[in-house]
Amino acid sequence: MPLTIPKERWTAEVQTATIGATKDEGGTRTSTVTIGGEQTLPFLHFEGETPNRPVIAMEVLDEIPTGWPEPLAQHYEDVWGDPAAWARKAVDEFGADLICLRLLSADPDGGDASADQCAETIQSVLEAVGVPLIIWGCGNDDKDNDIMPFCSQAGAGERCILGAATEDNYKTICASALADGHLIINQSPLDINIQKQVNILVTDMGMDLGDIIMYQITGSLGYGVEYAYSILERTRLAALDGDRMLQMPMLSIVGSEAWRVKEAWQPEEEAPEWGPLERRGIIWEIATATLFLHAATDILVMRHPEAVAYVRDHIDEMMSGQPI
Amino acid sequence: MALTAMDIYKQLPKTNCGDCGIPTCLAFAMKLAQGQASLDECPHVTEEAAAALEGSSAPPMATVTIGIGDQALDIGGQTVLFRHEETFHNPCGIAVQVNTSLPEEEMRERITTACSTEFDRVGMIFGLDLIALNDDDGSLPQAAQLATEVSTLPLMLMSDNPGTMRGALEVCGDGRPLIYAAGADNFDEMIALAKEFSSPLAIRGQDLDELYELSEKALDAGIEDLVLDSCAREPATLLQYQTIIQRAAINQKIKPMGFPTIGFITGDDQVAKIISGCELIAKYAGIVVTDLITRDTLLPLITARLNIYTDPQKPIQVESGIYEIGEPDASSPVLITTNFSLTYYTVEADTSAGNIDAWVVVVDTEGTSVLTAWAAEDFTAETIAKTIDECGIEEKVDSKIAVLPGGVAVLSGELEDASGWNVVVGPRESAGIPAFFKTEYAQRIAQY
Ligand code: B12
Ligand code: SF4
Repeated sequence: MPLTIPKERWTAEVQTATIGATKDEGGTRTSTVTIGGEQTLPFLHFEGETPNRPVIAMEVLDEIPTGWPEPLAQHYEDVWGDPAAWARKAVDEFGADLICLRLLSADPDGGDASADQCAETIQSVLEAVGVPLIIWGCGNDDKDNDIMPFCSQAGAGERCILGAATEDNYKTICASALADGHLIINQSPLDINIQKQVNILVTDMGMDLGDIIMYQITGSLGYGVEYAYSILERTRLAALDGDRMLQMPMLSIVGSEAWRVKEAWQPEEEAPEWGPLERRGIIWEIATATLFLHAATDILVMRHPEAVAYVRDHIDEMMSGQPI
Repeated sequence: MALTAMDIYKQLPKTNCGDCGIPTCLAFAMKLAQGQASLDECPHVTEEAAAALEGSSAPPMATVTIGIGDQALDIGGQTVLFRHEETFHNPCGIAVQVNTSLPEEEMRERITTACSTEFDRVGMIFGLDLIALNDDDGSLPQAAQLATEVSTLPLMLMSDNPGTMRGALEVCGDGRPLIYAAGADNFDEMIALAKEFSSPLAIRGQDLDELYELSEKALDAGIEDLVLDSCAREPATLLQYQTIIQRAAINQKIKPMGFPTIGFITGDDQVAKIISGCELIAKYAGIVVTDLITRDTLLPLITARLNIYTDPQKPIQVESGIYEIGEPDASSPVLITTNFSLTYYTVEADTSAGNIDAWVVVVDTEGTSVLTAWAAEDFTAETIAKTIDECGIEEKVDSKIAVLPGGVAVLSGELEDASGWNVVVGPRESAGIPAFFKTEYAQRIAQY
């Protein structure tokens, strides 16, 4: 053979993380999700194992969304306002691997929901679906610190993922995750050093490496991908090169970022140069997801059911590939 | 990859004869390594040594030019596998496939549509790059005739038949279309055509080994402008092949693999094709061929290409200062924003879309977005006040009222103190600007 296949000799592999706990494991989930464990860059089957496929979490809001563009809204109008029904729809009809429950209603500038209300919502979603849960606060640090211990408690033993710990705000959420047996999302603003720092802070508190998921605020196609793509890629390269503190699986938020951008929702009358609106948002979400997948994302958080279906097919294709 | 003086010295005669004008071979090697001398100044260097030195100083991947003149497309020339190490060069070309069996009118329309498809992003115009005429009925020469009349973009001629390929090349004259493709069964004829018409040539191998062998043969035949097609059409194989070729070229400097690749977008429907397109763009394709032609499908591909080929170390920026939208006068509003191109042009597009005449004061934030700049303390009450003060906007308007992006509402009080201007907080997203000026603005400034 004239060409010798150029293989890299990576010295390490990505941490494996399992989300969700079944009855035997002290929870009530009917299915669990295992991610990570990659021994090479995404889908390079000739070089190493990709033992677990990337997964898709679908987003469920605990309040009625405002301003969702019609092509997206039409799939959820019948269930929004009822997070349990919404989650059930995402799992039963759209095939979500996980539910990403965002507790936006807790925002003091919005619904200002109480910790008890949030805990109740979590309870109802846990009862409604058998897949594992990501539980994400409202983004207001103080309020999240108020509600997270209760939210964490509400899902105790279920091995949920709690989000998100940041450089300036990680203690409460980390303590909760430790107390109730959850995983944690460590978030950083597109900065590898900060990411590493949060990972160190959280492991110093006793968190296992296998219980951490990394999230760099990844942005969307046209709005941040030029940075995010390389941040994800560099992080994965560092992991394979043996940097233990960057070896955890990665999550990207795709749906809310993609649907926020104008290209996804601006009507054709206002932006004729972009073509018909009908599927622009779906395509925008798919393109964002594809790029992040190939940059080494393990969990994609998505919104549109059609986008989810297409991306799932692509993951199937990539995973079924044979080593050369 | 730069050669060291020692690498060069090893290849020199080491006689220290001085005929190069420099007393010793080592000194000459040092000059050469610094680019201060050229190898032909030594009359005694052997042919093998010259070849070895040239070979190893050549870039790992050739840059190939398709077409001629203003619209010529450069592809390849990559130096790294990961764009954070150095930016990716020469954005991949997007080729729109046009089947030659189409009725003439449709063909004409497809070509003109492809040539006129343009998107305005971050203040630049981005479009498509090649028309790929796919010979599905043997009429490539006629299609090429039409295309040379209609198309402003360079051509790619797709046929396995050397006869029709010749016909089409004769039509194109010295326009340097890309010949697609030479495979094992038409190799010699296609090589001859590439030589005769000095056109770049795509090589197609059924697998990587065949591709390597054919590419090596083409190099031996003296053809230097090659494009590689690994024939992988299935996404998982494609990714692995693309990676292997790129590594072979860049890490291993294997010359027959040191050329840009061509990939074909696949997928069951138009939306699925976007996935395939994004994979190719991200994973090293030099040319991406597609039959997508609608604006809603091309926009994301072109955006993905722009993102992947933007150097993350150097954000695209505009100059700070005053910009005019529409025809602003002394009573027009003053908008404040940052000099990140994406930010400025988003604001500009939204404001013009609302038919609002306005002044925009752009603050130098080293090319970062509003919130990034705010977090990095490049977009503060002080930097904004300083820009307002220095740019001379005060002389252009009657009343000192500035509109601040909603995302940095927290700055408004401080900015009023620092600048002496009244500050109105605008919407968070610039898409809200038209509505904001229609409904709220007049009321909000009534007090000033
Ligand atoms: C890409 C990105 C980066 C890139 C830089 C991109 C760039 N050139 O600016 C990089 C990776 C370098 C980066 C770095 C940092 N980032 Co950053 N980054 C982002 C990201 C993902 C997207 C930003 C973007 O491109 N937006 C698109 C542009 C067009 O938006 P924009 O400028 O805000 O403009 C919009 C509006 O503001 C409005 N608008 C603009 N002008 C005007 C004017 C008027 C009059 C009106 C009415 C409206 C208006 O309309 C525009 C379109 O909607 C965001 C998160 C996100 N998803 O938004 C974080 C984000 C902005 N970054 C953040 C941070 C903290 C940082 C860092 C400080 C982190 C760090 N310590 O390393 C650094 C600072 C950089 C530095 N120099 O040190 C934070 C800011 C926190 C906050 N809320 O203030 C964010 C929000 C992420 C987060 N949630 O933590 N970042
Ligand atoms: S001419 Fe060539 S051989 Fe002579 S000293 Fe210069 S480098 Fe050496």
